[in-house]
Amino acid sequence: MTTTNAPPTRKRSHGDSAAPPRKRRNLGDLKVAMIFIAPATLGFVVFYIWPTLRGAYLSFTEYSLLSAPKFNGLANYERMVQDSFFWNALGVTVEYVVINIGVQTVLAVGIAMLMYRLTKSITVRAVILAPYLVANVVVALVWYWMLDVQVGVVQTFLGWVGIDPVAFFGDSHWAIPTVAGINVWRHMGYTALLVFAGLQTIPKYVYEAAEVDGSTEWKTFWRITLPLLRPVLVMVLVVTMIGSFQIFDTVAVTTQGGPINATRVIYYYIYERAFTRFDFGYASAMALVLFAILAVVSLLQLRLLRAKESDLA
Amino acid sequence: MTRQVSVGRTVAWILLFVLLIVTLFPFYWMLRTAFSDNTQLPGHPDSLLPVETTLGAFKRVLGLASIEEAQAQGGSGAAVNFWLYLRNSLVVATITTVCQVFFSAMAAYAFARLRWPGRDKVFALFLAALMVPPIFTTLPNFVLIKNLGLLNSFAGIILPGAFMTPFAIFFLRQFFLGISRELEEAAMIDGAGHRRIFFGMIIPLSAAPIATLAILTYINSWNDYFWPLLVGQQENVRVLTVALGVFRSQTPQGGPDWAGLMAATLIAALPMIILFLAFAKRITNSIGFSGIK
Repeated sequence: MTTTNAPPTRKRSHGDSAAPPRKRRNLGDLKVAMIFIAPATLGFVVFYIWPTLRGAYLSFTEYSLLSAPKFNGLANYERMVQDSFFWNALGVTVEYVVINIGVQTVLAVGIAMLMYRLTKSITVRAVILAPYLVANVVVALVWYWMLDVQVGVVQTFLGWVGIDPVAFFGDSHWAIPTVAGINVWRHMGYTALLVFAGLQTIPKYVYEAAEVDGSTEWKTFWRITLPLLRPVLVMVLVVTMIGSFQIFDTVAVTTQGGPINATRVIYYYIYERAFTRFDFGYASAMALVLFAILAVVSLLQLRLLRAKESDLA
Repeated sequence: MTRQVSVGRTVAWILLFVLLIVTLFPFYWMLRTAFSDNTQLPGHPDSLLPVETTLGAFKRVLGLASIEEAQAQGGSGAAVNFWLYLRNSLVVATITTVCQVFFSAMAAYAFARLRWPGRDKVFALFLAALMVPPIFTTLPNFVLIKNLGLLNSFAGIILPGAFMTPFAIFFLRQFFLGISRELEEAAMIDGAGHRRIFFGMIIPLSAAPIATLAILTYINSWNDYFWPLLVGQQENVRVLTVALGVFRSQTPQGGPDWAGLMAATLIAALPMIILFLAFAKRITNSIGFSGIK
């Protein structure tokens, strides 16, 4: 296909059936295509491209929504370096991501292996997917009730095995692991299904060969399944980790950043800065830094774990 | 050897069973609490059945109980009307889904079936937008919606998602690419224009993936919290997720209205649970594809 950049006036000639064939080949279906992508492009430019550019600009301004943004150079970024709340928010977010992704990935691989070995039942798969389809807010509130320090049913279960009630949301050491655990519950089934789909791509003959060679199940898992699953696992890690950094809903309806900043994750801090202090310039700067962090983390993961190469070839 | 394997399998089955219980128990607990009398809940934290079974909590959150009745059953007495929020969620999720899927399908058609200069570059640009974290575009989008005077309107909640998402276009393009060229050429020879090919051929042939995408879009839109929280605080456009957050923050610190809260979460979750039960197979089977690619 030729992709010459023809001047826009030429597109008119396409509708004319008498137009010479050469011009038509250059432009292809441009005129029709423009009609078909018009609505999507409108949305894309107005709600994706323009806000991306504007967000980058706002990060170099002081902007309270009341008056026009005032350019202030790198002031927001200098302020960020000094802002202990910002560093706390980053630290809390990283703690959340590490717990959430670590536990979730291990459980998801385990669940996927269980399903792969035991059952192809669609019912089982549907059940473990169910939590993912319920809103974050709903999930957070149900667990907020179940984990309540006084009357939560989980405290009853803990009592059965002789553990004293734990203030899951009230204790600053427990708050982030609790929020992470709730989201593990919501996402592990979904992640397991992704891994399960990956398991299906490993050809049967590899396992047969391993069995012939007398490999144990345990050995087969570490030496064959896991290495062959790597490209899928890397993609799953990148996708879930980007999502994990954006933790907001659960914190917003349960702890609201407390106790004593223990759960003020970066998304929540940006939200507070922008919408309760109307500090839009500073909030935009933090959002840009978050964007950069996510880009670096994704690239590193893809590089280090060699996502594109499969060991099958 | 055989015995060892079967022991292993038994343990594996037990683990799977435990997993299913852990997954389902919170749903059951939501149900159990919602049908309980809130004032009686603290006395029976370990009762597996509803405590003093009653519909009081549902009456409270649907605005059907008087203030005295509500307070007698442990409610805060604040006026809540989840019928209204249910309607708002329906409006937002339905319009978002119909518009987003339709416009994305149009764009996907142009990217998959039409030849035009710069096509692949434009498509790559659309895809690149997937990299930008939502909060980064959310702040300027809020400013835009505010400047347009659309705060606290359905238009303000719906507009940013109404035209496209990069994912929807990518998802549909994959399916449109797979439709055979010959069919299209045959239709062309019969004198069909692109509009007729799109509506009469591509859409019917892709009905299954379009339905899958529509269901996923509906669920996502229904569950969205962040954006409607920012632009749809007022009661007349408040959606269920936002209403739940408000309800939770209104509930008194000392003796929260747990039964009411669980009744409200059930109302918010139920439509999605029904949708899921109806389309469980389709949704479950779509996961491998939609997640990885």
